[in-house]
Amino acid sequence: MTARETGARPPAGREPVSSLDRARTRAAWLCLAPMLLTLVLVAGWPLARTAFYSLTDAGLSELGGYAFVGLENYLLREDGRWYGVLADGLWWRAVGNTLLFAGVSVFCETVLGVVIALVLDAGVRGQGLMRAAVLIPWAIPTVVSAKMWSWLLHDQFGMVNDLLLRLGLVAAPIAWLADPDLALWSVVAVDVWKTTPFVALLVLAALQMLPRDCYEAARVDGVHPVRVFFQVTLPLIRPALAIAVIFRLLDAMRVFDLVYVMTGATDATVTMSVYARQQLVDFQDVGYGSAAAVLLAAGVALLTVIVLMAARLDLGGGRR
Amino acid sequence: MAALALLAAAGPARAEVRLAISCGALGIELSLCTEGVARWERATGNRVTIISTPNSSTERLALYHQLLSAGADDVDVLQIDVVWPGILARHLVDLAPHVDDAPARHFPAVVAANTVGGRLLAMPWWTDAGLLYYRADLLEKYGRPPPERWSELAETARIVQAGERAAGNPRMWGYVWQGRAYEGLFCNVLEWLAGYGGGTFVDEAGQVTIANARAAEAFRTARGWIGTISPQGVLNYDEEAARGVFQAGNAVFMRNWPYAWALAQGEGSPVRGRVGVMALPVGTDDGRHAGALGGWNLAVSRYSRHPAEAADLVRHLTGADEQKRRAIQASYNPTIPALYDDPEVLAANPFYGRLRPIFEDAVARPSQVAGRRYSRLSSLVWRATHDIVSRGVPAAPRLERLSAEIARLARRGGWGTEP
Repeated sequence: MTARETGARPPAGREPVSSLDRARTRAAWLCLAPMLLTLVLVAGWPLARTAFYSLTDAGLSELGGYAFVGLENYLLREDGRWYGVLADGLWWRAVGNTLLFAGVSVFCETVLGVVIALVLDAGVRGQGLMRAAVLIPWAIPTVVSAKMWSWLLHDQFGMVNDLLLRLGLVAAPIAWLADPDLALWSVVAVDVWKTTPFVALLVLAALQMLPRDCYEAARVDGVHPVRVFFQVTLPLIRPALAIAVIFRLLDAMRVFDLVYVMTGATDATVTMSVYARQQLVDFQDVGYGSAAAVLLAAGVALLTVIVLMAARLDLGGGRR
Repeated sequence: MAALALLAAAGPARAEVRLAISCGALGIELSLCTEGVARWERATGNRVTIISTPNSSTERLALYHQLLSAGADDVDVLQIDVVWPGILARHLVDLAPHVDDAPARHFPAVVAANTVGGRLLAMPWWTDAGLLYYRADLLEKYGRPPPERWSELAETARIVQAGERAAGNPRMWGYVWQGRAYEGLFCNVLEWLAGYGGGTFVDEAGQVTIANARAAEAFRTARGWIGTISPQGVLNYDEEAARGVFQAGNAVFMRNWPYAWALAQGEGSPVRGRVGVMALPVGTDDGRHAGALGGWNLAVSRYSRHPAEAADLVRHLTGADEQKRRAIQASYNPTIPALYDDPEVLAANPFYGRLRPIFEDAVARPSQVAGRRYSRLSSLVWRATHDIVSRGVPAAPRLERLSAEIARLARRGGWGTEP
């Protein structure tokens, strides 16, 4: 379908521009105007304000009284020492944690999401019920599930440790959230638990739109089911999968609530959002915190461009 | 909406005023606050809404920052920590004209902590000092005296823990405290330092003093507890998490504030009648048995629409009657010295008499000198502590680095209190 549309589109720039076309373009812009205006108001304005504050030394309790400090909040050399967000070891630790969190959690969610979607699509009995059950973690507000999991993972009263002890898998309770080597992975696990349903649902929707005749042909040819998955199913659901991954990746880059509730501001789990909030609210340093927020936004924007380009290339390859 | 509010304020029905107060919700704090407020409501005919706030003091301060920076009139009376007046000064009303001679009846040190630039920004509600709770029954069973030294505490904890585990309680631990990366950890660390004579991070003149051998020794001692007498999970515990473990009967020792006494001895507590309380141990001969100075105070927001009534509520809640009731019901330490001689108060809290020097001479956090950079200082300390205690980073070099980090805080713009 996509291919046919692309094929039918006239080569750009060759067509003489008629008055009808011009009227249509005008109408299109007119229709888009409310959306663009809303975007400018709800996204553009706060972003511009944050970028503006990042160049000042504003404090949270004295937002009015600020002075411009240029790029000092980002990087500054004074008396032979570096200052600013980019010179702060904790910031780079937050960047590392965030990338690790995003990479691992999105990878697990994608794999698990596809598997669950395939199972749901296989026409097991009670499919409707299953689908509803799978959605529950996604429907629980993040703060609630974070709090719930911090109790489940509690080192003394937690159910997870109790279960592992009873099964004889561990000798002593494990401090999931306090052990610096485990804390980040515990948070990743909770995120996977929470957002796998999102991926599963998107993939399931794509699976149910697939033409059944490809599968019949494969069955007649006696192709192994695993090969069918990789050569038929996967290419066909790739657009939906790409959307799911992009959504998840961008979301994971901004992760805040899970980390904030489960472990607070420890080095082991600090993410870029947690770092920016700590500077902005706990330390009252709106200028410095805004600089961190701007860097976070820039990082997410860059990642979006990269992923979108990669996804488009992939889609192009699939079409040929 | 605004017009309506104006009408209501200007109307003749001046009698009833609606206020809002923020109260903590640690243990039975919230119900105590509700009762105290209800008395004032009955006496004055005004109405008060109670807003409960997060348990973590770090999060509570963040909430206040957000409310007050926006100039919100949602809260009239704020419950603030003894280290916050300097941080919140610009948002608070000077209470001196509203409270007559009341401040003279409280501990002078606490009143001084609430006075910034000659303005009385809050009235003391209760004072706190870190204490050591112990299981008197278990110490007796194993023939161990209450520990005077950290080394004795560790040894006793090991013995009792091993004995109780062998006797069928695999969940038994020696010592629980507050290790989560928040303000409570700062208080714990300050107490270790006092016990080793290791200073208070920054001295009164603003000089950074943390890089010393005694402090390093204190940190090394604490590192030795993790995984041996303290569960690793303690690094994510706040007051209530530690109390949960101790009160369930799963710890021999606990560091906590006085509020835990009434709860541990309360009806339904599994350790009722088996708990002792004493000053925290020392590490060296010349160390000081000291608790970190905590405590909460009541302030009136500058954005309140009824500052006079709000100040009256503050006067009522911080008065001798309320403080006595709170001390008897829930072990909230009065800030009025006279109450420490009150027989009813002493009957409910037998340790008040013995530990009075600890309360009167608690070790203050360096909030006055660090001013509005105090939050940053505190968070640098949590990070260094976690590095040493949980990651095993060598103490002395890490404290050198902490010292440089703190000095850097001071240099960039200097220590400075809020104008």
